[in-house]
Amino acid sequence: MKVSIDPITRLEGHGKIEIFLDEKGNVTRAYMQIPELRGFEMFCRGRKAEDMPIITARICGVCPEAHHMAAAKALDMAYNAEPTETAKKLRELLYNAYYFYDHSLHLYFLGGIDVLLGDAEKKDRNVVGLIKKFGVEIGKGIIKHRRYAMEIVKMLGGREIHPVSAIPGGMSKALSEEERKEIEKKAESCIEFANKSIEIFNDVFSTSRWNEMLGLDSLKTYYMGLVDKKNRVNYYDGDIRIVSPDGKEFAKIKPSDILKHIEEVVEEWTYVKFPYLKKVGWKGFVDGKESGIYRVGPLGRINSADGMNTQQAMEKFNEFRKDGLVHETFGYYQARLIELLNSAERMYDLANDDDITSTDIRNMPSEPGEGIGVVEAARGTLIHHYKLNEKGIVEEANMIVATTNNNAAINMSVANAARKVIKNGKVNDLLLNKVESAFRCYDPCLACASHAIGDTPIIANIYWKGKLYKRLKKNA
Amino acid sequence: MIKIAMYWGAGCGGCDVSLLGLHEKILDLLNEAEIVFWPCAMDFKYEDLEKMEDKSIDVAFYNGGIRTEENEEIAKLLRKKAKILVAYGSCATEGCVIGLANLYDKKDIFETVYLKNETTKNDEKIVPKEETDDLKLPEFLPYLKTLEQVVEVDASIPGCPPPMPVLEDALNALLQGKTKFGKEVALCDECPRKDTKPDKIEISRFYRWHEKEDNGDCFLAQNMICMGPATRAGCGGECISANIPCTGCMGPVPKVRNQGTSMLSAIASLIGEEIDEETEKEIINSIEDFAGTFYKFSTAKLLPEGRLKDES
Amino acid sequence: MSFEPKIVAFLCNWCAYAGADMAGTSRLKYPANVVPIRVMCSGRIDAEFIIDAFEKGADGVFIGGCHPGDCHYVSGNYRARRRVEMVKKLLSQMGVNEKRLRIEWVSATEGKKFATVIEEFVDEIKKLGPSPWRK
Ligand code: SF4
Ligand code: SF4
Ligand code: SF4
Ligand code: FES
Repeated sequence: MKVSIDPITRLEGHGKIEIFLDEKGNVTRAYMQIPELRGFEMFCRGRKAEDMPIITARICGVCPEAHHMAAAKALDMAYNAEPTETAKKLRELLYNAYYFYDHSLHLYFLGGIDVLLGDAEKKDRNVVGLIKKFGVEIGKGIIKHRRYAMEIVKMLGGREIHPVSAIPGGMSKALSEEERKEIEKKAESCIEFANKSIEIFNDVFSTSRWNEMLGLDSLKTYYMGLVDKKNRVNYYDGDIRIVSPDGKEFAKIKPSDILKHIEEVVEEWTYVKFPYLKKVGWKGFVDGKESGIYRVGPLGRINSADGMNTQQAMEKFNEFRKDGLVHETFGYYQARLIELLNSAERMYDLANDDDITSTDIRNMPSEPGEGIGVVEAARGTLIHHYKLNEKGIVEEANMIVATTNNNAAINMSVANAARKVIKNGKVNDLLLNKVESAFRCYDPCLACASHAIGDTPIIANIYWKGKLYKRLKKNA
Repeated sequence: MIKIAMYWGAGCGGCDVSLLGLHEKILDLLNEAEIVFWPCAMDFKYEDLEKMEDKSIDVAFYNGGIRTEENEEIAKLLRKKAKILVAYGSCATEGCVIGLANLYDKKDIFETVYLKNETTKNDEKIVPKEETDDLKLPEFLPYLKTLEQVVEVDASIPGCPPPMPVLEDALNALLQGKTKFGKEVALCDECPRKDTKPDKIEISRFYRWHEKEDNGDCFLAQNMICMGPATRAGCGGECISANIPCTGCMGPVPKVRNQGTSMLSAIASLIGEEIDEETEKEIINSIEDFAGTFYKFSTAKLLPEGRLKDES
Repeated sequence: MSFEPKIVAFLCNWCAYAGADMAGTSRLKYPANVVPIRVMCSGRIDAEFIIDAFEKGADGVFIGGCHPGDCHYVSGNYRARRRVEMVKKLLSQMGVNEKRLRIEWVSATEGKKFATVIEEFVDEIKKLGPSPWRK
């Protein structure tokens, strides 16, 4: 078989998939490589502590709120300055608005296209194509509600992207009654839109194409997520709950203790590390109870919790989890939709909270020390850890980001999907679509992961008999 | 129809998201312009770009800095294919916060990230290699470069990411082929707190913003460092509206090359006159982290080839 | 070959520059490596000038102003002192030895002092070697 290959393959985008075939042309290994690094851990040193929520937001412009809040929480702890009740609620409100726009970005602009548009042509596989298929009304609804959520972020955080208002001990800006009313109105509309979204996706979930997708990959891993006192999913605050592949609670830990439970390994072929549960150990790229690999993100949260904190989302949760844990990787989509609804409902509830407009929004910090801040980024558990000197200057900074937590699992999902599709050296162009869609379930944010780069562009190189055998692109 | 392209280098993606931040107006943009390359939102690939004829893209936007050889090659390719090449956002224009990495050595970065990191278990001292047996990684350059340091740039849109009014203004100009846009004055000029900025400020100590309750006046008047006087107007004072001083993401006022030194000179004139040398030193020391304060968004311009190494 | 450093000296017209002049006329020797730049007051020296001088290849930057209390424009010299102090902090963060920047008060009559401090400074820079910018 003759395949012509452009030698400069590594120039294509930021994420790369590399697949290796054995003599017979079956998959032996597959890797997702992340080829960039920006070195935040280094240059956060020497910075003023209060700059951290602003600097680390720049780890990722898709989820700056997550880094902003994780940093602020780490500083709350480092300065021993518990935010006021109102400040916590304002942060959570901002945070849910972020969830709403980020999840809708993935569902309608990025990964969700795979589900909604299936095998559409390359030129149509984007939000414009989606509007073509589902109609302008839907399109307008998507844009409008993303705008609503971003406007709420701006109202509370000062900016739509890279907000600035979370400071050690609270928030810098209170919410006015006018703004509150506006948020209430917008949140109501967002709830409606989330329900509409669930309907749209449900149409696909009842097809055989969806069943085939579900069958592409299933991993029996540990799951991790933040939960409140009643073990319900919480994005902004709570304890970290880890559930084993058989659905039992494995650990419930205070965020400040999380670093005792996680370790990371470095591999030569990627700039991104692989974390695992220390107590279970690193057994390589395998799933099961003996392997310390865990998953985070929508599926990680919903599998590690017992419920949701809003009513409609709770109903969806019960339906989804009726047979216990869901290990199918495409379950991430259903979980994400539940969270879309939950975040909208939560915005509404918080906007109706009695003291949300109180001006008691900050406590003054005391002496600087060490702090750990944990939040659930949309893509999963996010940990910031700083050590400050007596002047409040950062001496050490460590960030374990959501996509890094999923790094090992993503690599396995890619390999599994590849194994399902490539047999006896027979490679067809459907391959990448499928392999890639397995990878996209996680909504991997490579910017976060390398503290460096962008989501989507990926390619697959397939190696056979020691040579680059075929190179596949989406719809090549 | 005008052909445009957008590429994401070593940045955070916020610039890409900011384009989506046009919300409904993105549909207007699509009426006027055809997006021929935008890896973040569309399925066009690097090959598609390579196949295009030289100068066939009317306006190409590059966001993010240049940290790997891969970033560098795409920058060169976009330069070839585009009539107008635009540095989009602070990273591409000035290096942004990721340019702070230029205060350190590449070796230190690798050691900090892969060897000395607290949660990393790495007894065999593995660090990523540019080439392992069968996989390749693009080279991590010794320092972060701005777009201008690699190729000729026709225009820059400042901001991290460009605030909406700045972006709209820039797009309007660029879609008509104009490469001059943006305000020529400093942020103080349009700051919501400008009426409380006194003519004469005498600072006897600096406060960091977490240390002091904000009284709603000009931050400098409250003895907190605000980059407003040395920062280009355009955002309307977004951070200030959220009660946080400006940290300078819009870069210098046009014609001023060096945002940091210009602010630093301004600050020096604000320290009270009657102060003795010892106290003066103390006041200056209380600023802390000069590079991170005055060059938060432009260290890569100050140190275009990375950290300087004095032998002694 | 011995290293001959390049020094840029910003000198206030009213004092240090006159002092340098005097050093010249009274035939006191001071090293020829110094490129004097006359300014109306040390307070005119923007932090940017200093960075600029280094970027253009100076191994050391010297600033000469009037003695405290004697500045023709009242407080320009204090302003200069603060800027120098701040630029020093920046330089050390950039990896540059802050000794490459020096400020001294030299009156119009202190030709000898000028010659001595410059000599000292040149020696100091010689010890430090070429500026890292030059590489
Ligand atoms: S300029 Fe700011 S928003 Fe844009 S890529 Fe850089 S860090 Fe992100
Ligand atoms: S210094 Fe800052 S707060 Fe004061 S007027 Fe200027 S921008 Fe506004
Ligand atoms: S206030 Fe300053 S830091 Fe904030 S957006 Fe405007 S220019 Fe950027
Ligand atoms: S006039 Fe000499 S320093 Fe001001």
